[in-house]
Amino acid sequence: MQYLNYRLVIFTLVTVFGIVFSIPSFLQTNDGKKISLGLDLQGGLHMLLGVETQKAVEGKIKTLAATVKYFTDNEDILIEDLTIKKDNLSFILLDSDEVSKLDTMLAEIKGLDISKGADFYYTIKLTPIEIEVVKDMAVGQAVETIRNRLDQFGLAEPSVTRQGNNDIVVELPGIKTAQEEQHARELIAKPANLELMEVDELKSDQVYNLSDDDAQDMGDIILEDTNSAEIKYLLKQIPILTGSEVVDAKVAFDQQTNQPIINFTLSSFGAKVFGDFTAKSVGKRLAVVLDGKVFSAPVIRERIGGGSGQISGNFTVNEAGNVAIALRSGALPAPVIMLEKRSVGPSLGADSINASMFALVSGFVLVVIFMIVYYGLGGVIANIALITNIFIIIAVMAMFGATLTLPGMAGIVLTVGMAVDANVIISERIRELLKSGASIPKAIEDGYSNAMSAILDANITTLLVAVILYAYGTGPIKGFAITISIGILASMLTAILGTHGIYEALMPKMVKDKNLKKWFGVK
Amino acid sequence: MEIFKSDKTYDFMGKRLPFLGFSAILVIAAFVLLFTKGLNLGIDFSGGTLIQVQYTQPAPVQKIRDLLVQDERFEKAVVTKFGTPKEIIIKIPTTTTMLGKDIGDDIRSILTPTGEYQIRRVDMVGPKVGDALREKGVMALSLALIIILIYVSFRCEWRFSVASILALVHDISIALGAIVLFNVDVNLDILAAILTILGYSLNDTIIVFDRIREGVNTSKESDLNSVVNDSVSRTLSRTTLTSLTTFFVVLTLYLFGGEIINGFSFTLLVGVIVGTYSSIFVAASFLVQLNFSIINYRAVEAEKEKRKKEKDRLRSQFEQGTV
Repeated sequence: MQYLNYRLVIFTLVTVFGIVFSIPSFLQTNDGKKISLGLDLQGGLHMLLGVETQKAVEGKIKTLAATVKYFTDNEDILIEDLTIKKDNLSFILLDSDEVSKLDTMLAEIKGLDISKGADFYYTIKLTPIEIEVVKDMAVGQAVETIRNRLDQFGLAEPSVTRQGNNDIVVELPGIKTAQEEQHARELIAKPANLELMEVDELKSDQVYNLSDDDAQDMGDIILEDTNSAEIKYLLKQIPILTGSEVVDAKVAFDQQTNQPIINFTLSSFGAKVFGDFTAKSVGKRLAVVLDGKVFSAPVIRERIGGGSGQISGNFTVNEAGNVAIALRSGALPAPVIMLEKRSVGPSLGADSINASMFALVSGFVLVVIFMIVYYGLGGVIANIALITNIFIIIAVMAMFGATLTLPGMAGIVLTVGMAVDANVIISERIRELLKSGASIPKAIEDGYSNAMSAILDANITTLLVAVILYAYGTGPIKGFAITISIGILASMLTAILGTHGIYEALMPKMVKDKNLKKWFGVK
Repeated sequence: MEIFKSDKTYDFMGKRLPFLGFSAILVIAAFVLLFTKGLNLGIDFSGGTLIQVQYTQPAPVQKIRDLLVQDERFEKAVVTKFGTPKEIIIKIPTTTTMLGKDIGDDIRSILTPTGEYQIRRVDMVGPKVGDALREKGVMALSLALIIILIYVSFRCEWRFSVASILALVHDISIALGAIVLFNVDVNLDILAAILTILGYSLNDTIIVFDRIREGVNTSKESDLNSVVNDSVSRTLSRTTLTSLTTFFVVLTLYLFGGEIINGFSFTLLVGVIVGTYSSIFVAASFLVQLNFSIINYRAVEAEKEKRKKEKDRLRSQFEQGTV
């Protein structure tokens, strides 16, 4: 008896593997690894964001200016004309005795390119290496920040990953409606740059007569009120504190107006800077600036210790929540822009699944019937291999945690059509040999070996194309390349090895039976 | 069941000129279409925004157009039906980099008076990404051709590789011609379909060529035409069968797979038909046109064999220490 042979054993093992590992995906059980559906099938939002890293460099210069100002104020070192240009800051040191003190402080900050002109005119730039570091960190930090925000937003399985140098891929499968999507986008886009700035009380009354350039020449900046573009403030360009010192932010309600407000808490360093500033600025106004808009500018009545403050404005509860999340999760070090967006509603995804499943099933049934009609029991054997092939595709994809996309579904459908190719080639060869008078065992043995070179060539070319598609394709197209590749590789096991094993096991029967019509569909 | 009598040999090569002529006409027509009308690049490659909207009643296309034209950003919007009369696609060449409020949100508010609808898909591809995708696409296609060329020339004599590449160019240009003719939006999925055709059609051709090579090596016949006729006839059932099964599934995909992969399955459908036709009627004809000579080929093979034997003999002598 020849029932057991190594080919059949391998095929059976592979089939069991295929069925076992594809069960979680078919039945959608909670345990075990499943295929995850691509955003085009389950619905969701895919975005490619770009980080404007140049802005991060500018931000770094601004923070540096604040540090220099705080240090010199504290140490009573006189400087003047502290100004910020795009990529540098400059000032004149008036106390020439203090050069060494200042230089020691600056030397402690890494990555600065300091040049001193006549009269202690300092120009400070970032070194090219430092600029690269800042840009790189900006993208890394943006990824972290966006991830934090989305986590707090409460969506299922948000994925935020860096792509290349400057880009970030955001995938949100949980998005159901356009409103929800817009909400998520706003949350991501919110720079959440909190700045506490000093109102330039000396020139404040001229604010409506000044141009932006005039203000810049005086080391000031003009910002609008959040509620009305008519109201403007003249602020010192260099902030007292930036949002990087915020450690916590919560939504609360104003006790008098019952309006939502945001309470924030500063780090201990921030609290010290804030306390020192308020102590010596009693009677002046302090502007709370969020993303370039002034939210409030209360007069400082006394030193504010404890390091907490609040932002009030005409927030809705939702907006206030967004701002709080954004502040908590940190500011975006640089603005992000949208380079590409693909959003699919869940109903369209469901339609796509239904349509492609229908195509898969009907294509499958057609092929199965055709093979049986044409090749008789040989067709049945090929069909067993085909079914196993589909199980293996599902199982392997589930094991590797691959994503099934719409083109991926098309790939499976196409595999159904192409995977029987090997069996067609083999069966044709067997038929030829049978007609030339070979015995059944000989026809099968030689049929398989004669067909091998053609099958290998055919599979290798398709595989090569699939690999190129994988390397150069994006998103869903990669899914197509994956399913096609797995399908081809699996067909080597099922269509070649598996069917051969089944033929061998059935050999005694076939030899006894001698019914070529029944077994191979020929007379 | 059998479609073709397996012992019958058809005289394909005797009629190769009419078939080559027919193919030439198709290819020329395809090129004319490509260079006059040109490919209709979709947003993946040209950049832009695509919005798919489904209404609960038949979509008021004219009203939508009128509303969109009023906003100068959307002047160039193209509104087309998509599958059912209730569903439309709006294509706009403009994009925005703003994350907080994007074109989709704007369109949503513009469409408010047109009835009850649901936005089912918004795709936006910025110009930078479009350029990158186009570059990648061209790269993928060229790389695929080069790798296939290398693989085939590694596997076969040079005339075989040239003939199969010619057959590929034939298939791809006709498929591209059909894409232009039927106004298919060329997006990433179409590129994937073209690459799949490339693999599929080569696959078909190689199986025929493999048989021809086998025929050249084993048969006593030295007339190329009859060897080719014999080989093509022997592989005829296989070629048609596999093509039929593939055709079935691609057809179901085209008919039932949904609007979104319609362009993809259409391209595959054309590719399967053209690929099958070319591997039966065209590829081998190229081989004959290239003056492939069986006698020379056999002489070269014999020479190779002789050299190999000589080398083996020398090696064995060397190993046995007789030299």
